[in-house]
Amino acid sequence: MSFTEILFYVFSAVLVVSSIGVITARNPVHAALFLVFAFFNSAVIWLLMEAEFLAIVLVLVYVGAVMVLFLFVVMMLDINIAQMRAGFTKYAPLGIVVALIVVAEIGSVVWLKSSGTDAITNALGASSGTSAPAAAAGYSNTLELGKLLYTEYLYPLELASVMLLVAIVVAISLTMHKRAGQKVQDINAQVSVNAKDRVRIVKMAAEKE
Amino acid sequence: MIPLQHELMLSGVLFSIAVAGIFLNRKNVILLLMCIELLLLAVNFNFIAFSRQLGDLHGQVFVFFILTVAAAESAIGLAILVVIFRQRKSINVEQLDTMKG
Repeated sequence: MSFTEILFYVFSAVLVVSSIGVITARNPVHAALFLVFAFFNSAVIWLLMEAEFLAIVLVLVYVGAVMVLFLFVVMMLDINIAQMRAGFTKYAPLGIVVALIVVAEIGSVVWLKSSGTDAITNALGASSGTSAPAAAAGYSNTLELGKLLYTEYLYPLELASVMLLVAIVVAISLTMHKRAGQKVQDINAQVSVNAKDRVRIVKMAAEKE
Repeated sequence: MIPLQHELMLSGVLFSIAVAGIFLNRKNVILLLMCIELLLLAVNFNFIAFSRQLGDLHGQVFVFFILTVAAAESAIGLAILVVIFRQRKSINVEQLDTMKG
């Protein structure tokens, strides 16, 4: 077993444990911190799976932005934890059974030789069991991904950026909160003002010395 | 080299943990949003595993777009959550029954 494989299994185990921590943590802040830990472990596993750019993006965007947003909201809201936990043990057996069924189904699909991943890789022409050859020394994942994003996926990329803009506008407009007595600009009134309403020119005779 | 089956199994286990989380924490909207993030993460594992297996970068481009959508989704979800909490003083899913759904 090579060093990368050992690393993969170690980080997978930590990832699974921390994601179990996310769903069983008593305090939502702890759940968010477990999720941060899970994202870090996922980023390491993505590095091992040769997706270097996405691993860095996962840390920067998810840990740096999305999870901070989560933590802000969790700490801002005053949540009654005991009330939220009611029914946890009642639904636990059902949740565990459903999870085990999902694992069994995915496992049967993955491991069955006739219908599993071997069939997929055979159909796509790759030899089964072995992965694609490792990249050459000068290979840059970010460069290749950038070439693909800015040529073939240019329009989807622009759509994604518009979608992020819409998300910004929606988030701000939803949470903006008009309080009474706030000092704000009225742009409409400012633009529609006329000079003659503001300035009065008075004609008067010059005074003698 | 890590076998493809193990990568897919890890993704499946992660996905089922997140599904179980949705069952367990069905009252707390914040934890439901976190479970959705875990679900999307598990899906991304699949895309990256197959992308490496087939030597094809298009899978990683898809992960990029999924990350974008997930970030937008959680931002809007949390904004809605803040508005709900401001109006109802609670984020319990069972109390959100104004629309009689």
